[in-house]
Amino acid sequence: MNETCEPHDDRAVTITKAPTGIAGLDEITHGGLPAGRPTLVCGGPGCGKTILAMEFLVRGALEFGEPGLFVSFEESIDQLRLNFKALGFDLAELVGQKKLFITHVKLSRHEIVEAGEFTLDALFIRLEQAIQQVGAKRVALDTMETLFSCLSSSENLRSEIDRLFQWLKEKGVTSVITGERGTAALTRHGFEEYVSDCVLLLDHRISEQVSKRRLRVVKYRGSSHEMDEYPFLIGDTGFTVLPISSVHLDHVVGTDRVSTGVPDLDAMMGGQGYFRGSSILLSGGAGAGKSTMASAFAAATCERGEKCLFLAFEESAGQLVRNIRSVGIELQPWVDRGLLSIQARRPTLFGIEEHLMAIFRQTRQLEPKAVVIDPITNFLSIGAPREVKSLLTRVLDQLRGMGATVLLTSLTPNNGTVESSEAGMSSMMDTWIALNQKMNGNVRQCYLYVLKSRGMEHSREVRELDMSASGLSLRPCPATGSKNDQRREPSGSSGGER
Amino acid sequence: MTPNTQPPANLGDEPAAESWNLRLYVAGMTPAAHRALENIKKICEEHLANRYSIEVVDLLKNPQLAEGDQIFAVPTLVRQLPPPVRKIIGDLSATEKILVGLDIKPRK
Repeated sequence: MNETCEPHDDRAVTITKAPTGIAGLDEITHGGLPAGRPTLVCGGPGCGKTILAMEFLVRGALEFGEPGLFVSFEESIDQLRLNFKALGFDLAELVGQKKLFITHVKLSRHEIVEAGEFTLDALFIRLEQAIQQVGAKRVALDTMETLFSCLSSSENLRSEIDRLFQWLKEKGVTSVITGERGTAALTRHGFEEYVSDCVLLLDHRISEQVSKRRLRVVKYRGSSHEMDEYPFLIGDTGFTVLPISSVHLDHVVGTDRVSTGVPDLDAMMGGQGYFRGSSILLSGGAGAGKSTMASAFAAATCERGEKCLFLAFEESAGQLVRNIRSVGIELQPWVDRGLLSIQARRPTLFGIEEHLMAIFRQTRQLEPKAVVIDPITNFLSIGAPREVKSLLTRVLDQLRGMGATVLLTSLTPNNGTVESSEAGMSSMMDTWIALNQKMNGNVRQCYLYVLKSRGMEHSREVRELDMSASGLSLRPCPATGSKNDQRREPSGSSGGER
Repeated sequence: MTPNTQPPANLGDEPAAESWNLRLYVAGMTPAAHRALENIKKICEEHLANRYSIEVVDLLKNPQLAEGDQIFAVPTLVRQLPPPVRKIIGDLSATEKILVGLDIKPRK
């Protein structure tokens, strides 16, 4: 149930960890929260504290056989049920199965007067009873700071809260305590003083009108952990933290091949095309034929009777269908038959997290065998390169896990090199195809070459891409031109992987 | 005290017959619990003579009773009657606060 984390130093301390089951969080805490100890989760209003606390319990009950107790000092049980239904958690069912117990400590400020010394023994008694009800191994207190609004003698209250945390430790339950972010300290009433084992900080900020959520492990006594801030999102499957490190390299690798949609390109790649389940990057300047190539790939997927998800971040579905018709590719029939789903969206409409959520939702619904994202570079308008890389990594991770072949396009700026346009993604790509344009007299010509393609024999030639009403074809360049091209393209020979 | 034939109803707006039901929640008869009980008895004798009742609930013996009145601290005195419900937390040593909190004395 609990994972043991080997200490990274000489100390003979072994911290037992309670995995949260929350995607990404167990990775950055190197295994979960400290078992049998309290963890403080602090952040401002609306940052997701309650969700994190509840999900810790729900996943504990469902995935790790550890029943949970949720003590709400704010929301009523009905409110909680309703809110979590939207996140896909059926709290009532878990309560019915005795895997979860929810209790509401209702504090009515107007009816409470404080007159003299007190203890929180009544709360202890209620917790004790509730823990026994379901045999709780995990407890969440959300948020105890509400107590401070009712009780003015904070010294008395603070020492009682300290005693409560000690008591939770003695009970051996793994607990999550939420706290409101303070201006000077991590929490408004300085809870961090009492919870010394593990502190997580959640942040929700708006930057350039786009909402961003971040999580950081502030401290974790006796354990190593990741130090950075990590983006997280709250979606219809709950909480997801997005660490780049979570890329699983254990997806099934096949030798099955799928057509690129361009017979001549198939021929350049051993006559068979891309590996099924691999990831492909198609980069080039504006008008170089990226969307066209991507559409050809999508159409080829549908021709095999397989589903394809086309995420268009530049054109509307209608534009895409119309434009591609000019090179003899008909997408509409595949849309009508339900094999092709074109999802057009403006990147700036949402934050990175929301995009990721939407992509996950669409792939779950459609279960596509191939996914096209056209182009990934548009994400750079809504996030720092590191964040975009994290997003794409996560998407790739998920899609590969599903066995889907993923084709990404990226726009090379007018004066940029192919390498500058790959959003740090090239090392994650199995195949990288570059599209270039050059003026030949007064004719603009497009050239294509396979920059890399792992695990297969492929042509190293530069070919001329011909797009006409009869389709896409690749012609060998005139002997001299080919040489020149290769010399002029630093990217062609260096094969710059990062 | 000067003899007065008038019933105490004239002393204020409160009807004379109004009875006070108080409940004191404790967790074991700790020194603080004893203090609270002594303090509230004294206050009641002084201000509510013959028209009050105090019930002591020991949560160590009846833990399930904490939930109903939403008790989280002890000692807690709950005024159940007359309405509205009032809760006073602590050993009831601050007499003035209790008089105001229970509406025995008007709030300032």
